[in-house]
Amino acid sequence: MIQRTPIADAFTYVLMVLGFILLIGPFIVILAGASQTLQQINSVPFHFLPQDRFLENASAAWSRANLGTAMTNSLIMACLVTFGKVALSACTAFAIVFFRTPLKHLFFWMVFITLMLPLEVRVVPTYAVAADLFEPFRLLISALTGTEISVEWNLLNSYAGLTLPLIATATGTFLYRQFFMTLPDELAEAARMDGSGPVRFFVDMLMPLSRTNMLALTTIMFVYGWNQYLWPLLMITDPTYKTTMMSLGALLPSENSLPDWNVTLAGSLIIMAPPLIVVAVLQRWFVRGLVATEK
Amino acid sequence: MEKRSVFNSWWLPILFALPQILLILLFFYWPAIAVMKWAFTLEPPFGGAAEFVGLTNFKEVFADPFYWKSVAVSLIFALCGTFFTILVGLVLAIAVDRQLPGSGLFRFLYILPYAIAGPAAGMAFRFILSPERGLMASVNAAFPDFWNPAKYGTHALVLVIVIFAWKWAGYTFIFLLAGLQSVPRSLAEAAAMDGAGPIRRAVDIQVPLLAPTLFFLLVIMMTEGFVGSDTFGIVHSTTGGGPNHGTEVMVFRIVDEAFKGLNYSGASAQSIVLIGLIMIFTFIQFRFIEKRVHYK
Repeated sequence: MIQRTPIADAFTYVLMVLGFILLIGPFIVILAGASQTLQQINSVPFHFLPQDRFLENASAAWSRANLGTAMTNSLIMACLVTFGKVALSACTAFAIVFFRTPLKHLFFWMVFITLMLPLEVRVVPTYAVAADLFEPFRLLISALTGTEISVEWNLLNSYAGLTLPLIATATGTFLYRQFFMTLPDELAEAARMDGSGPVRFFVDMLMPLSRTNMLALTTIMFVYGWNQYLWPLLMITDPTYKTTMMSLGALLPSENSLPDWNVTLAGSLIIMAPPLIVVAVLQRWFVRGLVATEK
Repeated sequence: MEKRSVFNSWWLPILFALPQILLILLFFYWPAIAVMKWAFTLEPPFGGAAEFVGLTNFKEVFADPFYWKSVAVSLIFALCGTFFTILVGLVLAIAVDRQLPGSGLFRFLYILPYAIAGPAAGMAFRFILSPERGLMASVNAAFPDFWNPAKYGTHALVLVIVIFAWKWAGYTFIFLLAGLQSVPRSLAEAAAMDGAGPIRRAVDIQVPLLAPTLFFLLVIMMTEGFVGSDTFGIVHSTTGGGPNHGTEVMVFRIVDEAFKGLNYSGASAQSIVLIGLIMIFTFIQFRFIEKRVHYK
């Protein structure tokens, strides 16, 4: 506290409450709407008080959009994406920082340039690759040797297709790289002195040391994985592989039936819950990861 | 910056980097090359190899008034989205940074919208800001036809900007609060001694010292507004680019043209333009970060 300023303090509280209404208000509307009956939710003006119908609406939404399958698929996808990103970015950063090789600059720039190629601008050819994973290799081999080989691996409608194209990560790699750079040189020297090779150093020293980093990266990547929209939409046509983001459309009241938005809101609340819980419970790590990856 | 002490092995680094490099080659570089190829070639309508057509695809894209409309929509979306996210984030960060009792709770709450996926938020806001029910119905009852995003393109654009700003305000808030907390307390104390009140201190000391953070967020949010995955998700799940192309942002048009219109060459030419734009943003961002490191 620098000085006593009652008027400014009151004004500060007004601003903070306004911010609360603006940013948390929509959650309250969703929660209230999701727990009302069909009549209540369609009444004008809107009632902000939550009622007692949430469980009925949630179970209606659960069966309408088949959320059991979708939640499982989203969970599997988010976990695979998170694990893959954390593991691969640690390995790549290790190769870039701790070895004397001319390739490290090539690796670094290759990873860096991916920042400029978001999925939306390369979506058709990426889809083509996923539909026929070995096409690049086939073309390469036939160009080099002149022989035609016929291996095919189609990633459509599979967990591999949902996750593999999303696993490469520049931000994660840079986070690890930055962390590895801050470690003192003596650490690797001491490890070497004690007879440890690079792999041992990586597993026994770097991994335990980077636990904080790992947790921060895990939280942001889980939210990223859960919230993927465009890629699953293209990749999946088989309903058994549908993710939650794809079920949003199924939750919408159809044009000529009852406007049961209470069910829609209950469903969307279920879909929002997992990343919301991660951010709420692990907020310290989430914020740390966010601030660290953007530097 | 180079490490002095490193391991000597020529094959281990390759082995360690290989999984990610392989994924990048397959899912980033190969598709990027395909985009390049398609942008400058045209598939003949009755089959056969693609023909090299030079800049024809680009000329066709630039001659299309709907393309320029999508550029304008994207520009409005990114500019307004950036402005409001940064404004809300800044005001709330300054308020929370005063560390009054209870501000910790607000800080915790303000970050929550950032956890929500754009399309899920879009679904909820279709109800919250719907013309017939939710919050705007009473306003529409008093002033008929005041708000109808299904009918008016401008209203729809306002709707998607509101959703974008709602989600990303918490994000700018985090960075601005972190920036404010690194401003030395003694500066504010000295200003208070000189008779500056809280608002004067915020405007004349805190905001100018936040300039690097503000600039950084400006670039990040503009990039996010133009090509962020949320931009596509929000538009796709709320308005579908309509009404009458009123919310058709550039990324939405690319995906739509490719998968609905099956016009790969046109979509690829648009992609190249967008990649150029991202390169400019990234270049600005890294030039600036270099500078910030030097000044530290």
